[in-house]
Amino acid sequence: MTAKQPFEAVVARHGATVLRVCRAVLGRGDADDAWSETFLAALRAYPELPGDANVEAWLVTIAHRKAIDITRAARRRAIPVAEMPENPSAQRADGRDLDLATALAGLPRKQRAAVAYHYLAGMPYQDVAAVIGGSADAARRSAADGIANLRKSYPGTAAGEGAAR
Amino acid sequence: MTASDESAVQDLLTALPAVTEADLSALHDRLAVSAAAEGMLDVAYRTLDTPLGTLLLAATEQGLVRVAYATEDHDKVLTTIAKRISPRILHAPRRLDLAASEIDEYFAGQRRSFDLPLDLSLSTGFRRAVLSHLPDIGYGHTATYAAVAAAAGSPRAVRAVGTACATNPLPVVVPCHRVIRADGSFGGYLGGPAAKRALLELEAA
Repeated sequence: MTAKQPFEAVVARHGATVLRVCRAVLGRGDADDAWSETFLAALRAYPELPGDANVEAWLVTIAHRKAIDITRAARRRAIPVAEMPENPSAQRADGRDLDLATALAGLPRKQRAAVAYHYLAGMPYQDVAAVIGGSADAARRSAADGIANLRKSYPGTAAGEGAAR
Repeated sequence: MTASDESAVQDLLTALPAVTEADLSALHDRLAVSAAAEGMLDVAYRTLDTPLGTLLLAATEQGLVRVAYATEDHDKVLTTIAKRISPRILHAPRRLDLAASEIDEYFAGQRRSFDLPLDLSLSTGFRRAVLSHLPDIGYGHTATYAAVAAAAGSPRAVRAVGTACATNPLPVVVPCHRVIRADGSFGGYLGGPAAKRALLELEAA
């Protein structure tokens, strides 16, 4: 059995990826809470984690559950308001999103998760499917649809902008 | 999806706001505080710059459990702690505040004994018995390996005293540097002979 690393090494190695994933799935506002709850839960369970486990996939699985909890809690707290865009300043006059984070936040939940876990955390679709449910092919389709939607709603790089004008 | 498509997506995603060191460091600190509050921070550690190089200080909830010289390889020391005590280890300086300030004072010549809760769980059996007698050797004094063996109740276990000193998990604080050979030569030291000499000279000043 490989010797288990001090938990500090887990935070140092995976902290940034998990934060990117949390931001992608939840948006910036709730990402810090999700990150904190994820690593606290991971610390609690860490001594029992098998020495050969895929630590990043394990962390993403925990983060996925925490994100669901946070979203549910937010929905319970929410007070209905007349239609109001979440972040009006981040949209341009033509309705396209000014930044990629906003575009990502506009994706359906499953697409967002598939994009985050596959492209940001680098998990194979098989592992993504194990976290979000469904088959590996379905996870692949969700990620592909997500990327296609992102390309539609996000105008892209500054170079592309200049050419369009 | 082809590999080049994958890399085009990666390029697209670089437009997401970057995760900064400051973001992560704030989250790390918050984690250390909540872990300690929930009783899950089994081992907290920090480093401390001293005239003998950077020391690693680690503490359990019971007390200071490990002081390590840089020559011992701090990463290796932490991995051993993970195996022998618990892998729930975080860089969390707060628990080491008192230890760090007492060690600072010691190196500044302003402190002659340590008043800290200690956790000797990295040392067992006779070695632990030896370590518990070392603070009896006062600041600025020395004792021979044989004298320490006698004090620990096993006058013939001179070699074992040498091993206990060489594996002292709390050098500086538990003063194994005050144990020398019968002929007056320093004998070995886990921090190296120069470190032992420096500590004895500091205490003789």
